[in-house]
Parts: sequence; structure tokens; C-alpha cells
Amino acid sequence: MSTQTYDRQNPAFYVLLICLVVMAIGPIYLMLVTSLKLNVDIMSDSSSLLFMPTLRNYETALCDFLWYEPEHLRRCDPTFGRALMNSLIIGLVSTAITLIIGTMAAYALVRFRFMGRDVVSMWTLMMRMVPPAVLLVPVFGIWTFQFGIDGSRGGIILVYVALNLPFVIWILQSFIVQVPIQLEEAARMDGAGPFQVFFLVVLPLIKPGIAAASIFTFRVAWNEFLLANALSDRNSRTVPVTIVNSLTEFDIDWGVIMATGMLLAVPPIIFTFVASRQIITGMTAGAVKG
Amino acid sequence: MSIASTNRMTPYLFLAPAGLVLAFALFYPICYMIYASFLDWNPSQRIGEADFVGLRNYFKLFGDPAFRESLGVTLKFAAVVVTVEMFLGVGLALLLDRNIRGMSVLRTLFILPMMIAPIVVGLMWRYMYHPTVGIFNKTLKSWGFDGVPWLSDGDWAFASVVIADVWQWTPFIFILSLAALQSLPQSAIEASKIDGATGWQQIIYIKLPLMLPVLIVTLLLRLIDSFKVLEVILVMTNGGPGLSTEILSLRINRTASEFRELGEAAAMSNLLLIVLLILTFTMFIYNKAQDARAARLRRVEEEA
Repeated sequence: MSTQTYDRQNPAFYVLLICLVVMAIGPIYLMLVTSLKLNVDIMSDSSSLLFMPTLRNYETALCDFLWYEPEHLRRCDPTFGRALMNSLIIGLVSTAITLIIGTMAAYALVRFRFMGRDVVSMWTLMMRMVPPAVLLVPVFGIWTFQFGIDGSRGGIILVYVALNLPFVIWILQSFIVQVPIQLEEAARMDGAGPFQVFFLVVLPLIKPGIAAASIFTFRVAWNEFLLANALSDRNSRTVPVTIVNSLTEFDIDWGVIMATGMLLAVPPIIFTFVASRQIITGMTAGAVKG
Repeated sequence: MSIASTNRMTPYLFLAPAGLVLAFALFYPICYMIYASFLDWNPSQRIGEADFVGLRNYFKLFGDPAFRESLGVTLKFAAVVVTVEMFLGVGLALLLDRNIRGMSVLRTLFILPMMIAPIVVGLMWRYMYHPTVGIFNKTLKSWGFDGVPWLSDGDWAFASVVIADVWQWTPFIFILSLAALQSLPQSAIEASKIDGATGWQQIIYIKLPLMLPVLIVTLLLRLIDSFKVLEVILVMTNGGPGLSTEILSLRINRTASEFRELGEAAAMSNLLLIVLLILTFTMFIYNKAQDARAARLRRVEEEA
């Protein structure tokens, strides 16, 4: 990269760039700043640049996990801490399940010629477009009356796996196609069975694809609100559900709610910085070829 | 025998877990929903106890002015949002398609709005639009203007929701069109430069036509997604004031949880699904046609 030269640009161009960056991350920055303010500072009319940053809002939200008792709190409200644990468990477990069965299905669709392959691909694409709102009524009915798994984490995990599978299968197909078939044939010559070929030869080669797919899957499970709201009870609520619930109150505590919002936004932000290349690949795959 | 039969069974074994989950948790619910849309059903009943009412839910929907307004809002929202985002996104891509330092950092920053939770996006914008503590009204007041009723007036609320969505999703179109621009054949652009084409002529006659297939797919993807928007609007306005921002997915949620009319909500979901299937199908056909055209071109080239 060190030998690459860059074109010189008009100063106005850089001004435009800076404006765009400010617009893109300004709201996120504002949320961060607000989450570090006391309500007195949020409500004050004076300029918002000068204030004492405080972690008090985060202490309020996370009081369950603290080893000390924050002195400004009279009573610790464990709602958010519990929701955070639920969100983590639901996000991680559903991502793991989706990826395991999704890669297997994608592999079968790419590598084996069998009856009904085109039909399956077509259906996968169709299912990808189903919005959560459409699933709301039937999933609520079935989970409550037929499967009896409403109100549990397992029920929510099942919906998320189903919701993410088509996308994961679709995106992993494009990575599996690129694995040279000669490698697999060589492994098979050496006596590896189909499952060994898959787990020991193919999986290590499509790591970038798996990274992209797991980020997208985790993100959907972590961010989703509507179905979690319909399926969860007091003990299995996820973070988005608790945030919306606390919004309906008449008097909104902006400092604390921004702190919870920030905590909800942090994992996706970290993923973005760590793996932006994979995310962009995942986003452009399918729409842009070549 | 056993080896041959395992080999024949392998693809099905690999597909079985995914197939089972999709069948039980996605395909079955959708069929269930289509059936439920013909029932008069409320949440306290089991589905077997609900009365079969034929097409009454659909007739009721189309006779309901609130539903028609919500449908209108949905279509207006999708049209406005997709148009604005296409112009901005493609324009920015054309402008920023240069060899500059820090382009990858820029792209990373631009995908942030898409990655964070829609709930949080709604929260941030609701805070910024807040009549007294929000940054917009604070700034306006410090410049001596009156505050704007961002979320409390029908037309302003619609505009505010559009602005938030444009903020969140323009980067998607920007990144897709930038990728398309950078994979264009350089020879065509060089040739036009030698022929003395100005920057604008290059864009209009060379770049845009070559990008067109990607742009159409991007447009369809974004259009499909714009029918799915829900959380951002739920947090910002919850469909109000009045019905001015109540898009269809919000109305489904309210019909199911507030009005407790599961049959009607199912009928609405069904209509939304049909719209999305038509769009998806268009995209599928378009992709197939593009592939066929590319194959034909390649054949012609090989023959020549």
C-alpha cells in the first residue's frame, strides 16, 4: 500500500467529505454525549459543549452487574441487566445454530446435483424477503397454542434461526462456489467421508463468508424488536423490547435511555470496525457481480 | 451398497436440519397466516374455535378508510424514500469515486447507520427532534427562529421519518453503486476520455448506462426493504400524529395487539406479502434475463 499514490483534490472536496462524515456519525456522537450527561445538563438551555461527563446513567442501567452500590440509586432496577443477558444468549445461540445448519444446507445446494435443487434455491430467495411483521400473527398463534413455547428464550431463538437461514444459505452459496472442487476430490481419494470433507476441508476455506454471515445473523437477532415483543414474557425480554417499553412512560429519562441505547449499539459498532470489509462483501454479494 | 446409499442420501442429510426449521418455523406459519386471514379470530381463542368468514376480512379492509390511508402512507413513504436515496446515493458514489486516501475509513463510517439497531436509530432521531431538548429546535432557537413541530404535525412528522430513513439507508445505495462503479471496464472510460468527453458526458453516456443493471437490482432491494421499515417509525411517532406515519407493518402490529383482530391483521400481512413477492419475483426474472444476456454476448464474442 505504501507505493500507492493518491490524486490531489480540490479543498472544497475535503470540506464536502468532512460534512458527510459529520452527518453520518453526528447522531451517534450526540447519543454518546447525551448518555454521559446528567438530566440537569440535558434539560439546560445553555450550550451543550461544556458539561461534566459522568457514568451515572450507565451505573443505573447496569446496576445488576456492579460490585459496588452506586450511591445515587435508591433501588436497583434489574430489568435492563436481565434483558442484556437475554439478548446475549438469544443472539449467540441463534447465530451458532443458524450458521451450522445454514452452511450444511448451502454446501448441499452448491455441490450435489439432486432433484429439486432449483426449486429450493428459488424458495430460499423468496423466503428472504419475508418481513417480521408478516410473521407476527401466525408465529404468535402457533408458538402459543400449538408448540407451547411462547415466553421462552427457545421460542425466540427458533424464529430468529428461521428468519436468518435463507439469507445465510444464500450468501454462503456464493462463497462455497469458489472452493476448488479438486481439493474436495483429493480429500475423498484419501478416504474422507462427506462429513469429513465438509468440516475439515470446506469449512476452513470459507471462513470470510462465515464471518460475514455470522455478523449479519447476530445483528438481526440482536436488533429485532417486533417478534421478540410478541413472544417474550417478563423474564425473556430482550434489550430492544425493554427500551421501547420504557419509552411509553410519560416522563422519559433521556440520560438512562441513551445509555441503554448506546449499550445496544456498541456490539454492531465494534463489528463494523473489525470486519467492515466482510460486511461490505456481504452487502454487495448478489447485487454486484464480478 | 451402504456407501452408495450414503452418497445418495448425503445431500438430503445436509439439507434436513435447515429444511425442517424452515418448514416448521417459516413455511408453516405463512400457510397458517393465509388460512387465518379467512377467520374471525381474537388472541384468546385457539384457531380451531375461530369462525370461518370467507373473504369478509378483505372486504372489511378495503372498506376501512384507516387501512386505505395506511396503504397510501406506505406507498408514499416507499416512493419518496427510494427516490431520494437513489439520487443521493448514486450522486455521492459518482462524486467520491476517486483515488483518495482514507476511502476505506469513509466506507466503514458510512455503514455504521445501517448496522446499529433500528430501535436505537429511532431513539436518536426522536431525541434530536425533541421540541425543547432536541438539537434541531435548540439550534433554530439560538438563531432566533421559531421551533418546528417535527413530530407533532402530520406533514412534518412524515418528512422527519423520511429524513431519518434517508440518513440510515443512503449509505447502502452509495456502497453498492460505488462497488459497481469500481468494477466498470476502465477501457470504455479511457476511450471516452480520448474522444474528448467531459465529466458530465462520461457520467451520462458511459458510466450510468453501464451501471444500470446494478442500479436496478439496488432499487428493487431497497424498495423491498422500505416496505419492512417498522421499528424506527414505531419509536419516533408510533404512527402518529393521527395516521400520518402509520405504515402497513405498524398497522399490522396495532391491529393484532391493540385491536385484537388477528384475522384482519393476517389479511393485511397477506397483502403485504403479495406486494413483496411480486417485487422479489421481478428481481429474480430480471437477474435471470441479465444472466441470459451476458451468456449470449459471450457466445457472440467467442464466435467472432
